[in-house]
This record gives sequence, structure tokens and C-alpha cells, in this order.
Amino acid sequence: MTGGDIIEAVVKSLIIIVALLTAFAYMTLYERRILGRMQLRSGPNRVGPAGLLQPVADGVKLAFKQAITPRGVDKPLYLLAPAISVVTALSAFAVIPVGPTYNIFGRAIPFHLADFNVGLLFVLAMGSLGAYGIVLAGYASNNKYSLLGGLRAAAQLISYELALGLSLVGILMISGSLSLTAIVEGQARGLWYILVQPLAFVIYLISAIAETNRAPFDLVEAEQELVGGYHTEYTGLRFALFFMAEYINMVTVSALAATLFLGGWHGPFDLLSGPWWLLAKIILILTLYVVLRATLPRLRYDQLMRLGWHWLLPLALLNVVLTAIGITLLQ
Amino acid sequence: MRAYVPVLLLLGFVIANAVLIIGISHLTMRARPTPVKSSAYESGIPALGDARERFSVKFYMVAMLFIIFDIETVFMIPWGVYYRQLSCAVPLLASGVCPPGNISFFGLGEMLIFMAALLVGLIYVWKKGALQWD
Amino acid sequence: MAIAPPRGDTAANGTQVILSGDSMTINMGPQHPSTHGVLRLVLDLEGETVTRCEPVIGYLHTGFEKTYEEKTYLQGVVLTDRMDYLAPLSNNLGYALAIERLLGIEAPPRATVIRVLLAELTRINNHLVWLGTQALDLGAMSAFFYCFREREVLLDLFEMMSGARLMTSFIRPGGLMADLPDGWIERAESFLREFPGHIVEYESLLTENEIFKERTIGIGILSPEQAQALDLTGPSLRACGIPWDLRKLAPYCGYETYDFAVPTLTGGDVYDRYLIRMAEMRESTKIALQAIDRLPTGPVMTADRKIAIPPRAELATSMEALIHHFKLVSEGFKPPEGEVYTCIESPKGEIGFYLVSDGTGKPYRCHVRAPSFINLQSLPPMSVGGLVADLVAIIGSIDPVLGEVDR
Repeated sequence: MTGGDIIEAVVKSLIIIVALLTAFAYMTLYERRILGRMQLRSGPNRVGPAGLLQPVADGVKLAFKQAITPRGVDKPLYLLAPAISVVTALSAFAVIPVGPTYNIFGRAIPFHLADFNVGLLFVLAMGSLGAYGIVLAGYASNNKYSLLGGLRAAAQLISYELALGLSLVGILMISGSLSLTAIVEGQARGLWYILVQPLAFVIYLISAIAETNRAPFDLVEAEQELVGGYHTEYTGLRFALFFMAEYINMVTVSALAATLFLGGWHGPFDLLSGPWWLLAKIILILTLYVVLRATLPRLRYDQLMRLGWHWLLPLALLNVVLTAIGITLLQ
Repeated sequence: MRAYVPVLLLLGFVIANAVLIIGISHLTMRARPTPVKSSAYESGIPALGDARERFSVKFYMVAMLFIIFDIETVFMIPWGVYYRQLSCAVPLLASGVCPPGNISFFGLGEMLIFMAALLVGLIYVWKKGALQWD
Repeated sequence: MAIAPPRGDTAANGTQVILSGDSMTINMGPQHPSTHGVLRLVLDLEGETVTRCEPVIGYLHTGFEKTYEEKTYLQGVVLTDRMDYLAPLSNNLGYALAIERLLGIEAPPRATVIRVLLAELTRINNHLVWLGTQALDLGAMSAFFYCFREREVLLDLFEMMSGARLMTSFIRPGGLMADLPDGWIERAESFLREFPGHIVEYESLLTENEIFKERTIGIGILSPEQAQALDLTGPSLRACGIPWDLRKLAPYCGYETYDFAVPTLTGGDVYDRYLIRMAEMRESTKIALQAIDRLPTGPVMTADRKIAIPPRAELATSMEALIHHFKLVSEGFKPPEGEVYTCIESPKGEIGFYLVSDGTGKPYRCHVRAPSFINLQSLPPMSVGGLVADLVAIIGSIDPVLGEVDR
């Protein structure tokens, strides 16, 4: 590894972190504005032009909140939990290719941080690890509502995880690779995989929404039931870390959905360059997230489990079989 | 291994970022605890008992099944990646396509047997009511 | 650490919930987002299954019933607003009817028709808040804002006629506070004409929504026998299949002359309670429109000067009016000795006022049969055996207002 490679990796890492944190900040604003539009109100529009400085104001407010650490918390775990959440959320993006290889400053720079042969597994693994943050927060808080939230996180994980993994097997069979770059290139050559794997796309999307704990699967925080669930006892920036993790996870699974099913950075026309295509697709899926949140009631956690085991898992298996038969016959 | 170095680097930055934010929170957020404020929230009144009592987890059976099924899923991933090769009697062409007339049902049959075993297991636990934890 | 001894309760279907001793006791409320105020529930949970549910009330105790004894009958009207603050006009009406029976008078025809109109608008108002919060309890946030958009129109109407949006105190013993202002009827009518369209809007969000049905069908079932044994009234009772509606069974204010149906269903679950209230909003719209059509002209306050406060204009010219005014304001009217119980169908069920007069200007005793309070006792049998998430849906479906529970 040359010095140039190291510098390149450092710069890319920093860009990823800054980009994701910015995406988080503006996702909160975007969500609130869209929700406002859907709910006959305007959403935050007072801080800065069109409310664009609202995330800054929120950040400053959270930074200067009182630090309330309840009695009886398991202090190391209590502080570790939000860190785990945000670390796994930010790391998962490492293998997602945001564009083809560009020549910048006379150097061929691939637009992804890393491209290794198990890239897809890495994203899934990081996503699953994120659940630890929530479970630990629930346990460490010494609060019954938090505990219930943490347990729900575990219940949720075992409900969607199988279907999430299986829904992607069909893609692996078509692309023949776990490398996300190879998957995007496969789509750039042929059809976007949403056209050949529509069932897998639906299963993935449902599971991914469950993985990011978003409505209608926001069981772990469910303010009407568990007040705030796992983050009930967190204030200020510590709470912000959970919030950050949640939104960054949304961005990541949207980016993954775009990469796996919607052609990633590949666009049908040369209107936009690669990264902008990807961004447009991510925003599309994020909008879907917000629309779902505004529309749907919340599932109960036994119902989510039933959905996962009785519907998504068999359907995902069916999808694998159909894909296998299809590939064999078309060979 | 080289491909992993940038990821480790990112991981380092990300951990530093988390530590930094928690550190900042220690500097900017001031604690003014009072006995009531620092009690655990339980709808605004003193908690009944403790959150660390023995607690019933209804879905542990599903959780055990999950581990079994998850491992089976993991087996399918390498199979999926090599499926094109497995369904071709001769080595694939460089373009990743099977030469015509060389279809093999080996990969398909192999996985169908595996999947049948998995499905039988799923149906068994389903009928046994192991997924009905309520 | 001492582990609480296992406790059990009987589920709605009569089965004893068996406990393993791993239950957790938890306070849900008084400060909880979905206990509709300051209701406190002490829950025993096994996993998330509710094995015991014990409502603890009194966190909003205001002493209204005692306060009535220190107020003249007229002053008491303002207290009725504050009990069920989502249906103030309905409470006003029940109280006014009780006093009118005690006095042996009747409100003039115009006042009676306006009362019906207002009672039905209040029912719509109440059901809108209920629908919004019920949907919110289940995690569907948008319906709430749509409901409050229409509620805003109603509150504007209330403000237009009485000056207050919530605490209207508009229906008084003997009639109304004042006649409706110019343009009020037109605004109310245009609202009522377009309101059924809005109901369709809400229903499109919820009625056929699979998740909503999944969360509400078969949840919190009460059999008709249980419902009657628990003295349940209102939409929750009608969702069990019992067509009990005081507007039909013991008509007041001429309800027998209006054309409306009493919707009933037989499921007795949260979903049926939802459907019943949606149907009731439609029926209320019908009744209110009929009231507007038949609205007679005439006074809105009884002509009896011993009861009605004289108009401001007369005070400058009539000595007698001035004396009446002074006596009514300082002492109030004095009903004959006796006691009376009058009940009406409020949006939440049967609200009854039991008044005892000792012949003075203040009631000797005023007891309120508050539907929220009595309906609340159906909560434990409905919720035991369900999950915490179901409990939240069930609380919403009973539609309690804690101001009325704790009087």
C-alpha cells in the first residue's frame, strides 16, 4: 500500500463521515418538511431560509441540554450503547460504491472506500450489529420501558433478518458476486435487478424498514406504548447519537437498495454523473420511508414476527427457487 | 487483506467520531442532578420494583429457531454466488455465460434438497406452534 | 431483592391467566403519552403480556361535585364544561335539563332545536378528537391532523357563538346564553354539508388498512353480558350489539322527532367501536342538518323572569328588571325542594346529573354519573391477556376523559 493509497483512504473516510452526518442532519429536516406537507402544516421553516438551519439549531440545543444520568444505570454500557449504534451505522457505508472510477488529479480513483469480495455481507453484518446498541441501551438504562424496547429490538431482529438475507440470494445468483461494485456493473450491462427480482425487492424493502426501526416497524421506541423505548433515559447528545444512527441506517439501507436493485450509480441517461444518480435514488427511497411513516399504523411485535416467519421467509425461499430455475433454464 | 485496510481506517475514524461526540457531551452538557430527576422514568411516579428483575422473554424459542435458520441461510450465500457455475456442466465462458447445451441441474437439485429439508423444518416448527409464542 | 408474589387476573374470556412468577410490575401513567391524560395503570407484565391491570385514578381530582354545592345553579354551568372538556355543550345540556326539571320549566322551542344542533356538533367534535388520538395511539400520525382540521372549524363555530372555544357554557338553565350570531347557521350548514366527505377521507386512511385491522380486530372483546354487567354505555356498548341510546329510549329535546339510526355492531372489539363512532358521526351530521332545517324563530331563553337574567337594555329603564338581575346574580334562582336525576346521551355514553335541592339558591348535592368513569372499569377485563400495544388501543377505544373520571 503506497502513501497515496493511504491518503486516498483517509480522504474518502472523512468524506463518508461528513457526508453521512450531513445527510443525517438534512434527512431530519427533509422528513419533517414532508411530514408537514402531508399533515396540513408547514414543518420547521423559521430557522434560516426555508428552515435550512434547523438541524444546526437542533444540534446546538441537544449539545447544551442537561446531562441526566439516572441512578442505577450500568454506566459503561450506558455510554457504550449509543457509540455502538453510531459506529455500526457509519461503518456500513464503507463498501457501497457511489460512482464508477473517475480520473482525478491524474489518479484513477474508484468511488468507493473498499471493494472486497464479501462487501454485501459486510453491510448486512454491520446492520445486524446495530441492534446491539439498542439492546444494550435497553438493558443498561435500568428502566422498564427501555428494557421492553431492548427486548423488542431482539424480537424484531429475529423476525426480519432471515428474510433480509434470503431476499438477496437471488441477486447473488444473477450477479455471481458479493462485491457491490460487480453487482452494479452487472446491472449497468443488463437490466436493473428490480426488473428480474421484484419480489426480492419488496421483501428487502420491508425487512430493511424493520431493520432501521422505522414506522410501521418502529416498535423499539413506540412512544405511544413505551414512551421512548430504548432511548427513554438518554438526553442531549447521547440521545442524538441514537437518532444519528437511525437516520444514517436509513440512508445506508436506501443506498443498498439502490445499489442492489435500482442500478446503483448507473443511470439510464447520461443526464447526471454516477454519484448524483445514486443520490436521486436514495432520496426516492427515503421519501418512501417518510410517506410510510405518515400513513401507516404500527405493527405489534408478535405480528411483525408472524409477518417475518409466515410470509417473508417462505416468499424469500420461493424467490430463491424461482431464480434458480430461471437461471438454469435460460443458460 | 489489503482491501480491508481502508475499512479499518474508516472504523477508526468512526470510533473517534463517537468518542468525540460523547466527549463533547461531557463538556457541554452540565448535570444538575436532583434525587427525583435522576430516578428512572416510570410515568412520573416512583418506580415499582426494579428493572433488573427476572423477566420472561416469550420469544426465546423463536430466537433459537432463528439461529438454526440463519446458519442455513449462510449456506445458501456461497451456493448462490457459484450458482451459474453449478448449473453448467462445463466451465463458464469468460463472459460468465454457460456454453449452449451444457445445462446441469446439479446446483438446482442440490439446493432443492437442502431447501426441502429447510422447508420441512419450517413447516414442522410452524405446525408445532413454536412460532406462536403468545 | 424481593420478587413480587405472582398475581393473576381473569381474562375477558374467563380463563385464568397462569403466571410463572417472572412478571414485572410497571406503572403506565400518570405521565404517559397514551393514557389520555393522567390515568395511571399498574400493570403486571409477563413478557409484554398484561396479566393484571389496575387503574388508579384521582390524579386530576378537582372536587367539582363538592364545588357545585358552593355555587348557584347558574354558576355551576361553568363547572360542567370542565369535566368532559371535549364535549362541553353536551355536559351543559345535561345539567341544564336537570335544573329545568327541578324548576318545572321548559326551554323555548328555538332553544331546544339549537340545543340538539349543538349537542350533535359536540358529538362530532368529541369523536374527531377520539379518532385522531385512537389513530395516534396505534402509530398512525396523520389522521390526527386531518381530524383536527375539521375540529378547528367546529371550535371556530363555538367561539363565534359563545366567545370560548372549549369552555362554552352556552347552554344555560332555561335556554341559551344568547341567540346564534348572524352567519353562524350558514357556516355550520356548509360545514355539515362537506363533513361526510371528510369522514370518507379518514376512513380511507384507516378502515381498510391491513395493519389497522390487524391491530384492532379481535382486540379488547367484551361480550354483551359483560358490557351490561360493567354498566358500559355509549358507543362501546353499542359495539357489543346492544342498541342502547338514550336519544331513542328516553328522548329529550324532541329527539324522537328526528330521523336517525342507532348504529350497532356485534363484534365488541376495538375495530367495531371504531366503526360505530364513524357511523355516529354520519348520524350526527344528519340530525344536525335536520335541526337546521326546522329551526323556528323566537326567543332562546325562557320568559320567566325569576329564572332568566333580564336583558342588559332593560336594566336602564325597568326597576323590576334591576331587582331581578340583582337577586339572580347574588342569590340565584331557588328551585323547590326535591331531587332529580336527568340523563342524556353524551358522546361517551350516559351522562347523568343527580341534583338535590333544599330550596336555596345552591344545590344541596350534585352528583354526576360520568360515562368516562364508569366505562373505565371495563378496562381491566378487556386488557388482561393482551399485549401492552393492545392495551394502548383499548384505552383509546374507551375514549376516557380524565377530567370527567376524577370530577
